[in-house]
Amino acid sequence: MIILDILSAVLLLAGAAICLLGGIGMVTFPDVMTRLHAASKPQSAGFLLLLLGAAVQLDWWALSLLTLAGMFQLLTSPVVSQVIGRVAYRTGEFRADLLARDETSPDRSP
Amino acid sequence: MQLVYACTFTMLAVAGLLVTVRLLRGPAVPDRILAIDVLSVLLAGGIAVDSARRGFPEALTLVLVVALLGFVSTVLAARFAGARGMEEAEEARQ
Repeated sequence: MIILDILSAVLLLAGAAICLLGGIGMVTFPDVMTRLHAASKPQSAGFLLLLLGAAVQLDWWALSLLTLAGMFQLLTSPVVSQVIGRVAYRTGEFRADLLARDETSPDRSP
Repeated sequence: MQLVYACTFTMLAVAGLLVTVRLLRGPAVPDRILAIDVLSVLLAGGIAVDSARRGFPEALTLVLVVALLGFVSTVLAARFAGARGMEEAEEARQ
């Protein structure tokens, strides 16, 4: 059981550290597009590692619910990123000087 | 193991505080919506860890409920803000 405890501890601490890094990125990054990048770390990797660490401590019945939650999160976090990015782009709430390439800008289309 | 749970909850709480700073300061509406979504994800992860700490797997249904609510509310708020922001941008252009 001590091996399972160590595995669970490593997974939980890694997930929480990724969530913390995402939080730091949410504060320090300069605009919405870069903050989307920081926010997707807790949304996918941090959340899944926390669920894995919890699943090691729990039984098979819990694993089914945790798998469902993890799959749902993996499916929905790209949707959230895309919707927020589209809103930010359409309302102009981003820093255009930070973009490497802007393929949908009207004055750059051929 | 209790120390591991304490460290995990501390890091999650600090992350939640930092995201709340962005929620309060965020200059644009999309910033705030994104902060609310990350907060809901952190809450769901915290509930999962807490149910593991207590050995109480029935609380895991809350993880599903919070994840669902966070996704639906985020998409709803983003579409609402997008529709209003588009109108304001149109008016500013005219």
